[in-house]
Amino acid sequence: MFGRLTLEAFKHDPITTGGIIGGLLSILAIIVLLTYFKKWKWLWREWLTSLDPKRIGVMYIIAATLMLLRGAADAAMMRIQQATSVGGSHGIISTDTFQQVFSAHGTIMIFFVAMGFMFGLLNLIVPLQIGSRDVAFPFLNSLSFWLYIAGILLINSSLVVGEFSAAGWLAYPPLSGIDFSPGVGVDYWIWSLQIAGIGSLMSGINFLVTIIKLRAPGMTLMKMPIFIWSVLGSMMLVLFAFPILTATLAMLSLDRLLGMHFFTSGGGGNAMMYINLIWAWGHPEVYILVLPAFGIFSEVVATFSSKRLFGYKSMVGALGGITFLSFIVWVHHFFTMGAGADVNAFFGIMTMIIAIPTGVKIFNWLFTMFRGRIRFTTPMLWFLGFVMTFTIGGATGVLMSVPAIDFQVHNSLFLVAHFHNMIIGGVLFGFFAGLAYWFPKFTGIILNERVGRLAFWFWIIGFLLAFMPLYVLGLMGATRRLDHYDATLGWQSLFIVSAIGGLCIIIGVGLQILQIIVSVFDLQTTWNKPLLRSVGRTILIKLDSLVGKREFDKTGDPWDGRTLEWSTTSPPPFYNFAVIPKVNERDAFWAMKKTADNDQKPQYKDIKLPKNTGAGLFVAGFSLVAGFSIIWHIWWLAAVGFIGGLICLIQRLSDDDTELTITVAEIMINESKEHA
Amino acid sequence: MRQGHKLPVFILLAMTVIIGGVFMLGGNNISVLSPKGFIAFEQRQLIMFAVLLSLFVIAPVFLLTIGITWHYRASNKNAKYSPEWDNNRYLEVAWWGIPLIVILILSVVTWRSSHDLDPMRAISVNKKPLTIQVVALQWKWLFIYPEQGIATINQVRFPVDTPLNFELTADAPMNSFWIPELGGQIYAMSGMSTRLHLLATQIGTFRGVSANLSGMGHASMNFTAQASSLDDFERWVADSQQTRQRLDMNAYAHLATPSLNNPVTSYSLLNDNLYQSVINKFGPHTHKLNSSNDGSM
Repeated sequence: MFGRLTLEAFKHDPITTGGIIGGLLSILAIIVLLTYFKKWKWLWREWLTSLDPKRIGVMYIIAATLMLLRGAADAAMMRIQQATSVGGSHGIISTDTFQQVFSAHGTIMIFFVAMGFMFGLLNLIVPLQIGSRDVAFPFLNSLSFWLYIAGILLINSSLVVGEFSAAGWLAYPPLSGIDFSPGVGVDYWIWSLQIAGIGSLMSGINFLVTIIKLRAPGMTLMKMPIFIWSVLGSMMLVLFAFPILTATLAMLSLDRLLGMHFFTSGGGGNAMMYINLIWAWGHPEVYILVLPAFGIFSEVVATFSSKRLFGYKSMVGALGGITFLSFIVWVHHFFTMGAGADVNAFFGIMTMIIAIPTGVKIFNWLFTMFRGRIRFTTPMLWFLGFVMTFTIGGATGVLMSVPAIDFQVHNSLFLVAHFHNMIIGGVLFGFFAGLAYWFPKFTGIILNERVGRLAFWFWIIGFLLAFMPLYVLGLMGATRRLDHYDATLGWQSLFIVSAIGGLCIIIGVGLQILQIIVSVFDLQTTWNKPLLRSVGRTILIKLDSLVGKREFDKTGDPWDGRTLEWSTTSPPPFYNFAVIPKVNERDAFWAMKKTADNDQKPQYKDIKLPKNTGAGLFVAGFSLVAGFSIIWHIWWLAAVGFIGGLICLIQRLSDDDTELTITVAEIMINESKEHA
Repeated sequence: MRQGHKLPVFILLAMTVIIGGVFMLGGNNISVLSPKGFIAFEQRQLIMFAVLLSLFVIAPVFLLTIGITWHYRASNKNAKYSPEWDNNRYLEVAWWGIPLIVILILSVVTWRSSHDLDPMRAISVNKKPLTIQVVALQWKWLFIYPEQGIATINQVRFPVDTPLNFELTADAPMNSFWIPELGGQIYAMSGMSTRLHLLATQIGTFRGVSANLSGMGHASMNFTAQASSLDDFERWVADSQQTRQRLDMNAYAHLATPSLNNPVTSYSLLNDNLYQSVINKFGPHTHKLNSSNDGSM
């Protein structure tokens, strides 16, 4: 009846149990609050069933933030374990838990934090920046989002029911095969990624088509904002890379479920094939994440230097070059597998060639600031932190691209430090910059600068403290994923420094959350409820005066922006633009502001927008059921999930009445309200 | 906003202090940078060269970042402001060109070093090499000396200044064999054989690491690598040959079952073909990696 699922699956060690109780309590708190404030209907109508990319974008970012907390908790456990598990002491968690923790950390941070933030920002900004009212396929967008949520729920339910994979974030066979990992952990890994990955693939197609088909009239390719170019490159990579992931995961699960031999050592299979395939997806994935971050920095630097982006054509060329090259470097993740000197040298050289367009981008950003008027806002701080750390990460990357050097640092903490240098310094700082930059656009509220700056400082100092020691540890011969080491090695002091750095980063994350709270809520008046007053109104008032006044964006253009998203109100109306703008120049809005022929009366037309639907949520819900039951071998329930999902999908696809029309009269009423 | 322009200096200062401090804490036991073998020495030279070369790009980036953000801060009204200036052919040529030259140099070095330091390439010294076959097990290392007819667990011994031909496989999840002070690592995979050539230039005991995640015993799966004089080595071999512990297929099957923290043990070898039989366990489809191009380019 329940396959492999027995009561055993609910037994956990104390730390995991603590995590589970914490998680369940927060869910309970949310349910209580929603019920108390009678917000269920609002939540369903305005958010869960919404097809508006702006709403979906916000939901992506909230989910990614929650997952950032989960990933950070994993990171904290690893840092504490490695700082304490020396010689006679075995630290705070068992080997098994430790291995699950680092596998979960990598998986969650890449798939559910970085990808979540990215698709969130894309949803919020891409349609606005190309002067469109929506994405190309609104229902597909909602379905992608809910599949991403299904992936999140599945990977986190491994905490409560059963266990997670202990085979690392990319689950190399034979270790991830059924012989060495007979439990459900690897299956959780496979199916949460499979479900979320299909969502990512569909999102990739969606944004690709959106950018190609839905640009405002006059916005030719070479007049697109550079952020849009970067997204175009990234989405092309999604289109080519994610099918590889889907196929690879399918083969691994066939090996595990049906005893096939794609990647086994016996029976004609070969694990080296898996390692090639997973990196043929995995390397482009890095660029899928970092290209949009490059795009964000390009926008941020130009805006806060009040100057045109330097070398636009060069930037487009560099993006194209990086997009292409990122597909022919995957072997550098396993030079040590023994491919031979010719192959290794080829992939090494291809890898270092990527440094050229990347370097060009950095110089172009620097010369965008040259002869500009630089305003040091929080997004700019993230940019400067990025330039400094990313350059170091780039240099260590070039170092490792030399195969003969890689043999000495591969699988060591040097490698771990390098890719955190790229993913935190490049991707995450980029998304933080984007979030601070566009926050006023989608909320109408400017994020608090004081707290934002403080958060930045904790992040950058914490980052350096956490990862610079890892470079040195790697050179000392410390390999990754060690839950214990000998005291004689002399590593502990560096691991303790690294743990302190981790603590600083966590304070930084806390400050970012505080930043959003103090910016959005007026602590003194909104929270002036009897209950809250008793817990510490004085603290709230102190905090409020400490962080200063809340700031709102009434103009729609708080930074003196250059691109179309700033031409509409903040937050934009649900149809984005009452009249689709006409683009004549690259920095379209900057040019409009200069010529300023606002005297013409706008010519409104009826607008067609998609109706809300819960179909995406239901399909994803059934996929979640199917995934969960395949993991536990509950075949009848898997069939229910599969068929249920299919029925929902068919029902939705045969529904012809999916659009609603907003008449000119309604637009006029709304517009006069917006501009009142 | 007044403090804004000091920002890059602060970041740079923090970086320098932290990086400097971290290297101090590392002290003088940074094994990759204090090689005891021929390959590791060459690899360290390469690291140094690549670091120096990359400074040609890093230094200008840092200096430009500090200089530009300092001078063009919004509060500095004396700075030139040209909001439409977005193109300069000479500058573009410079920053496509300079990194291109740096990478060209590095590419040539990469091509050469990839071949010279190819782990599959035998080290050409006028001395008879010693062949050691390595099997990664759960969770210990088995070293087989086919010519000497002995085998050891978790300890590998060899004479100094002698080329070492390691042949590696696994009867367990994939692993990676690494002696940081002697040179780079190579994967050990079941059903196939990889090669690694090393040479110790100093007498001493070095740390050997299992560098790839291999399951529960991953962290404790270390071994010692001991380079001694030829006399000491031969004495040790003779002692080991006399040992009463014999390694045949039965004893091997017992050894191959998962276990943690196995003590250093020596065996006399009963089965000359043990290494090949371990590979053949995985069926007729097994591969032997590049066995033909040993040492040739």
